[in-house]
Amino acid sequence: MVTATPEIRVQNLSIQYGEKVALAGASFEVMPNEIFGIIGPANSGKTSFLKVLNRMDTFTPGMRFSGTAEVGGRDVRSWRNLYALRRRIGVVFPLPVGLPLSVYDNVAFAPRLAGVRGKAELDAIVERCLRRAALWDEVKDRLKALGSLLSGGQQQRLTIARALSQEPSILLLDEFSIAVDPVTTMRIEDVLKELKQEMTIVLVTNLVQQARRLADRTAFFLMGECVSVSPTEALFTGDADPRARDYVEGRFG
Amino acid sequence: MFDATPRNLKDARREGLVRILFLLMTALLVLPVLLILGVLVAKGGSALSWDFLFTEPTDGMTAGGLLPALVGTIWLVVIALIVSVPIGIAAALYLSEYAPDNWLTRAINLAIINLAGVPSIVHALFGVGAFVIFFGFGTSILAASFTLAVMTLPVVIVSTREALQAVPQSFREACWNMGATRWQTIRKVVLPNSISGILTGVILEVSRTAGETAPIMFTGAAFFLPFLPESVYDQTMAMSLHLFVVATQVPNVPDNLPFGVALVLIGMVLAMNAISIAFRTWLRRKKKW
Repeated sequence: MVTATPEIRVQNLSIQYGEKVALAGASFEVMPNEIFGIIGPANSGKTSFLKVLNRMDTFTPGMRFSGTAEVGGRDVRSWRNLYALRRRIGVVFPLPVGLPLSVYDNVAFAPRLAGVRGKAELDAIVERCLRRAALWDEVKDRLKALGSLLSGGQQQRLTIARALSQEPSILLLDEFSIAVDPVTTMRIEDVLKELKQEMTIVLVTNLVQQARRLADRTAFFLMGECVSVSPTEALFTGDADPRARDYVEGRFG
Repeated sequence: MFDATPRNLKDARREGLVRILFLLMTALLVLPVLLILGVLVAKGGSALSWDFLFTEPTDGMTAGGLLPALVGTIWLVVIALIVSVPIGIAAALYLSEYAPDNWLTRAINLAIINLAGVPSIVHALFGVGAFVIFFGFGTSILAASFTLAVMTLPVVIVSTREALQAVPQSFREACWNMGATRWQTIRKVVLPNSISGILTGVILEVSRTAGETAPIMFTGAAFFLPFLPESVYDQTMAMSLHLFVVATQVPNVPDNLPFGVALVLIGMVLAMNAISIAFRTWLRRKKKW
């Protein structure tokens, strides 16, 4: 077995908002080209963990973290250029955010930030990202239409296309299917399975079955504690931590 | 099962009553506006003519037109806007988009809201001290405009900040996550989505600036000066002060003259508002929201 460098590595990571502890001492690694699931009830620190990776704490009043969090083998605090760190990490939110720009401008946003100006080049990026997000066929005739007026499922795929336009090496998905119909959810899941060839995916989800369908390994977060990290199937079959077993079998609380 | 119960009927009756009450209040609001306009047109309409608009006052302001006052007010409003709008928007951007939420920011916000409530005569005295004397502008258009600008700044800041905060936070987060700086986020997403709200604040400010009398009385507006101003260091007549003068300070003014002046002042404010609204509409159409 080849020992690759972990794409994400956290050690003893703790996150606080003011006095309130969101995550206490989590340690685990996420390997390249892996889909890494994170499950657990609300307020377990899942989203806070994602926010550390691209240093959103700088935009969040009162948020602090300690311990190490490495992206690509490098501590996120050592990145001088946080904007470059963020461009390396694509993020998809629970509720789709179609910026009030045209579909085209939504996807061209990040490339333009990175300095891409040529129309032909932008056209190519926009088409490629929309295709990969399985949205191209639905919007190719109305690229000038407002992104915020697409349906919820389309907007969520637009968000994914936008994240892909950054050419990220890591894709973070935070409960992406909350506001999306089941059919679109399945389409997005298929997209993710393909994207896995090219990037590392962290999938925070409330749906245990979604983690089971997609994730190679899954972490179980509970009340700010990373209870377990294991191959996903082990949660259902093996001798997982009893709290994790209770959660995945719906006997929680 | 589907029959209305007595309770349903009572609710429906109450709903009707409340609706009528609110409608009456709205009518009460509209009524004075219509009355004012009606009285002005009825009593002052006969004073209006091209000569009234485009000639100087004569015979100790009992005859002739109001051109110097009209031009003076335009000078004052335009310069006050040039000063207060950029400063106000920049300050609002800082407070809304950059400032950390700490006691200092909260104190500044509170101060701005209180500043908006300072009586205009107090601003006038400040203007005399600061611009006329300390900066040495003398009583001039410049001093009067700056005084007006200081007076309206808090309004611009508050209304701009509210327009900025109406932009959903999720838009900003989406941009930040793509590696945009705060400024890139402001320029590409926040400002385009709040510009019409910001302009609404500016429109309000235009009306207020044009009508203010106290702040300009001691700082740059002249009682009677039948020439057009040649530079910002001149004094000037202004519509609001002129109205006060012809209405109360000058004997033997024909009845329709003050009403005519008031009508022109209102017409001018409406015209400025119309221009801003047209601009706002054009901006919106251009962006296709």
